[in-house]
Amino acid sequence: MVRAGPLAVLLALAAPAAWAQQGPRDVVVVEGDAIPEPLATRPGDAARGRAIVANRSVGLCLLCHSGPIPEERFQGTLAPSLAGAGARWSVGQLRLRIVDGARLNPDTIMPPYYRTTGLRRVARTFEGKTILTAEQVEDVVAYLATLKE
Amino acid sequence: MRTAWIALGLASVFVATFALAQGAADKRRSGYQDMGEALQKMQDDDTANPGMLFVQLGEQLFGRPAGAANKSCADCHGAGSMKGVAARYPAIPKDADKPVDLEGRINLCRTANQRAEPLAPESRDLLSLEAYVAFQSRGQPIAPPSDPRLAPFRAQGAEIYRRRQGQLNLSCAICHDDNAGKKLAGVTIPQAHPTGYPIYRLEWQALGSLKRRLRNCLIGLRAEAYAYDAPEYVALELYLMDRAKGMLLEAPGVRP
Repeated sequence: MVRAGPLAVLLALAAPAAWAQQGPRDVVVVEGDAIPEPLATRPGDAARGRAIVANRSVGLCLLCHSGPIPEERFQGTLAPSLAGAGARWSVGQLRLRIVDGARLNPDTIMPPYYRTTGLRRVARTFEGKTILTAEQVEDVVAYLATLKE
Repeated sequence: MRTAWIALGLASVFVATFALAQGAADKRRSGYQDMGEALQKMQDDDTANPGMLFVQLGEQLFGRPAGAANKSCADCHGAGSMKGVAARYPAIPKDADKPVDLEGRINLCRTANQRAEPLAPESRDLLSLEAYVAFQSRGQPIAPPSDPRLAPFRAQGAEIYRRRQGQLNLSCAICHDDNAGKKLAGVTIPQAHPTGYPIYRLEWQALGSLKRRLRNCLIGLRAEAYAYDAPEYVALELYLMDRAKGMLLEAPGVRP
């Protein structure tokens, strides 16, 4: 995320103060390299978030990442470990990285979990849908924020 | 005269060293090298490789007359004449302007020469004929034709390979070029060289084509898979075969 700093500055220059993206049901406001405000009114729940992260067909996280979820034996090595994510990033920074990591690094392999635009040949079943709902993003953020080491 | 011999000797030493260096520099790996020893043994042992049952069935079908012409494949293609064929497909058939893959070529023979109905994609008979033909190229290096008319199709394949697709917004290249060898959910990502098709995939409990494998990946990306007869698959196959040029065919391969 070395590129995050300069790019965030560019974004700030391009759209003074803040910039808005039309999500499927919310306006998402990005400030710098973070989304400070929750996407949903219901507060995120870390236990639900953990279950989403562990689920290979919902969160998909452990396909690429490893994490402190020992009961899931088959974890990925394509991306950094989720351990310590809550120490490395603020809640708002975690939120933007899940919502649309390409805002920080256009070459990222991290799928955009809360974006429906700019995608090609999305399967009909998933067309117009985000990978996670706003509530699910909040749950995952709440879980990752607990991973302090 | 003596000088000439020394020069020739030095030249052959150079050629041999160069070939060795090429071999060492070639970082390409068949999926075979990334799978466990038990599966490698299953592929290597013709009595244990499930793909060999399809090769046997294919051999029978090859000799059986079909269609209004009541001709068999073997009536035109004598014993052993299919050697090397699978190593160079997709190719542009005579009098055509678009490439077809091996399955397309088999169906072209069926409709044009046997005057029979084309075989359905992924049907047992089509896969068996393909397995029988591909088996005859086992051990042969992949050798795409030099036909310049293939270039634009191959370039289209390369473009699709690098294009991000689907809800997960990933490309073939992201996994199979940039992250090959790493673990996706505990499974080693292969370099995606089409060395063993048609393959018997344990996950399928069936023999399947490269198209079926490509569709699996597209579905994994949550992308809309192309129809079975889409030219995009042939373009991708052309690109992948070119990328695997010189690697040895293993058909019928076994994969997890």
